[in-house]
Amino acid sequence: MEKISQSVVKKDHADKMSGKSTYVGDYSNEGVLTGRMLRSKVARAKLLSVNVPELPEGYCYIDRNDVQGDNNVNIVMDDTPVYARETVEYIGEPIGMVCGPDRAVCEDILSRIEVKYEELEPVLDIKKAETVFFNYEYEKGDIAKAFAEADKVYEEEFSTGYQEQAYLETQGMMAVPEEDGRIFVHGSLQCAYYVHGAVMRALGCKPNEVHILQDVTGGGFGGKEAFPSILGCQVAVAAKKIGKPVRCVFDRREDLEFTSKRHPSLCKYKVAVKNGKVTAMDIDVKFNAGAYTTLSAVVLQRGIICADGVYNVENLHVHGRAMKTNTTPSGAYRGFGAPQTFFAVEMMMDHIAKDLGITSLEFKEANLVKQGDATSTSGIYHFPVPLPDMIDEIDKACDYRRKHEGYSKQQIGRYRKGIGMSLYFHGAGFTGSGERDHIKAVAKLHKYADGSVEILASNGEIGQGLRTTFPKIVANELNLPLDKVFYNHPDTARVPDSGPTVASRSLMTVGELLRRAAIKLRESWIDGEEQTVEERYKEPDFIIPFYIDKFRGDAYPTYAWGACALEVELDTYTGISKVLGAYGAFDVGTPADWNIVMGQMEGGFLQGIGYASIESMNYDDKGRIRNNSFSDYLIPTAVDVPNLKCMMHVEKYPNGPYGAKGAGELPLVGAPGAYVEAVEQALGNEYRLHHAPFTAEDTILALSGKEEKR
Amino acid sequence: MNNITFTLNGKTASYDGSATDRLLDALRDIYGMTSVKCGCKEGECGACAVLLDGTLINSCCVAMGAVEGSTVVTLEGYRETERFAVLDKAFASVSAVQCGFCIPGMVLAAESVLAKNPKPTEAEVRDGISGNLCRCTGYNAIVNAILIASKEGNGLW
Repeated sequence: MEKISQSVVKKDHADKMSGKSTYVGDYSNEGVLTGRMLRSKVARAKLLSVNVPELPEGYCYIDRNDVQGDNNVNIVMDDTPVYARETVEYIGEPIGMVCGPDRAVCEDILSRIEVKYEELEPVLDIKKAETVFFNYEYEKGDIAKAFAEADKVYEEEFSTGYQEQAYLETQGMMAVPEEDGRIFVHGSLQCAYYVHGAVMRALGCKPNEVHILQDVTGGGFGGKEAFPSILGCQVAVAAKKIGKPVRCVFDRREDLEFTSKRHPSLCKYKVAVKNGKVTAMDIDVKFNAGAYTTLSAVVLQRGIICADGVYNVENLHVHGRAMKTNTTPSGAYRGFGAPQTFFAVEMMMDHIAKDLGITSLEFKEANLVKQGDATSTSGIYHFPVPLPDMIDEIDKACDYRRKHEGYSKQQIGRYRKGIGMSLYFHGAGFTGSGERDHIKAVAKLHKYADGSVEILASNGEIGQGLRTTFPKIVANELNLPLDKVFYNHPDTARVPDSGPTVASRSLMTVGELLRRAAIKLRESWIDGEEQTVEERYKEPDFIIPFYIDKFRGDAYPTYAWGACALEVELDTYTGISKVLGAYGAFDVGTPADWNIVMGQMEGGFLQGIGYASIESMNYDDKGRIRNNSFSDYLIPTAVDVPNLKCMMHVEKYPNGPYGAKGAGELPLVGAPGAYVEAVEQALGNEYRLHHAPFTAEDTILALSGKEEKR
Repeated sequence: MNNITFTLNGKTASYDGSATDRLLDALRDIYGMTSVKCGCKEGECGACAVLLDGTLINSCCVAMGAVEGSTVVTLEGYRETERFAVLDKAFASVSAVQCGFCIPGMVLAAESVLAKNPKPTEAEVRDGISGNLCRCTGYNAIVNAILIASKEGNGLW
């Protein structure tokens, strides 16, 4: 094991373990107003009037008329309003906020506000949606020729549902007017500078008139990438107008219903096969974006770039669209568009293999990409593709091939078993040239006279360990004890913009900046003096420039690779599939800390199994999300997957710190493909499953009908 | 109206609010016990778990009236114990703490498991913490930590 990989006690361990950490809800209530949202009760309407009753002293109602700057939240585009404009576009859209010292009084006021709507017909079905927010298309090779020459052509359609991040701490932000006139916004968030940009715009103020601090954050998983920009603007507008601190922490039901979650998807695949190999794929991807664009452009980009999976498909056409519906805006969630298309392509490969009379794994192995092959976007896989070795590691861990063969024989009786494997990657870091053209990360180290070193960067500790791994890198280069290097939660007033905490980029990209900064500091070190060094992002030389208009070039500098197997026992009486074993092999490069990275792999893998099996969320014919509690939206508990084993396969990336690549998202991505393939095998050879999650209810339906059979 | 009297982390506490108020809200807002987290307010997540007369309960589902004469222990009290020190070391050794939000409830769930059964099997540990949701870790590290504590805390439980 590399020296850097040796585990240490996490720097935030003591405070979190003893319950002393201050999350946004833990600041004293003294003098702080509670904000409660007035939300739309209908999915689509013109707002005719809002009649607010006479308010008791100390209470205030805030809406779009109070927005000092621009009533648009700066995300990727600017269509999300701070508070609703003349229309409402989804159930739960914030129209205004009631602020006051007593939460119960705020709730009472909310219940007495009369909103008059002129209702319009909402668009709820992605198949009937007409407004296309984003429309991308790319191709390579000659697909017409490949289809004409194919031995056989396969066409199937796959769908996936919502997935809610279900961070244990709900969304919460707080805004505080400071004595010097600045507005201080802090809370549970991943991207301090995203919030900074958004609040500046909403308040119409200069960069130094507002500053953002990330509080201790109770989980993010993407859910706190863009959403805190919206909530941050809402509380900032209120605090600025009222002149007092305003805090809004969501209820769980509010959070489940009205905050962004993974895009539901609908993918159509048409695949040409010749001599046992895939020669072409024609893929149509639709994501349900919800009512506003938020992050759908970039989620869709990643989703369509990996739509052909880990296979060498020389002739490829991919069309992707993000559709507007009158539902809660979808957004970022660990995997960011990739889990949807990986599920589809893995099931497609499985179904073709079944038709060809070979095992799914054999067919996948025959089509795997390898180092030097072209990517979907005509870039290159510059580094080794370790999947064959990882497949062997999984096989050794769970006797995969033998079990797969055994379970494929006719099974009778109440309990039946199945096993499935899925292969995948996660493109490390931002898609395309985002890092170079948009983020332009800057990170600094500040050495104090006593020889201690502070890391100045904007990436947030959200449980993934950055407050420990960043200092480990710097301490290692400076030959300092770890307690001499520290990294506090970022405050935009103090730290440069090293970019957001997203895309599995923080450790790989910013960690490398810090490593280089530490070398610089080591070489210029003067005892007893304060010193600051700075590093800026440089794109690695080997990268083939990526053009987003053509979807051409290296979409990612390198890839984290994953292989996982799920073994299930299906109860044909109840429909419940018990997970007997979950086995993951993950190559995320050199772990910056073995325990921390293993924690990411295990946690991400279990989230993926939840997504595949029990995490079902949908809206009704009015557009209202019904699964708005942990009784109706189930996430895995400690007893659901007792046998979950992760293995690390280290393929070093020369441009990441000590060989590290993006890690956090990968382990989630492939779980649905493996799980649904396993359930399909347990159901019997005549079944062909096409959607995730595949719940106990789905199993009962499949057993009682014909619709899931070929 | 008489106040509600109970013992909170070893000290006598007197509550003059309504008997129908939630224990969770009183602990956080009146007594400043902010280790007690609110994750769902309907008894599903375990983030607000505390020990009520030694039994692990979700404080969001307990009315203050039910606390009269009882003993309540939150992490603020429990963290001063020898048993906590053993759990602390065990959780640290396997990096079982990620975002930290489930941890106060999880630590008290661990105490509850070990108090009933000082040498639990892995399955018993999993069962004992199954009312406490964690979204970060996949539970393996937490389960390992509790098993390590069981081993290291010889005689403490």
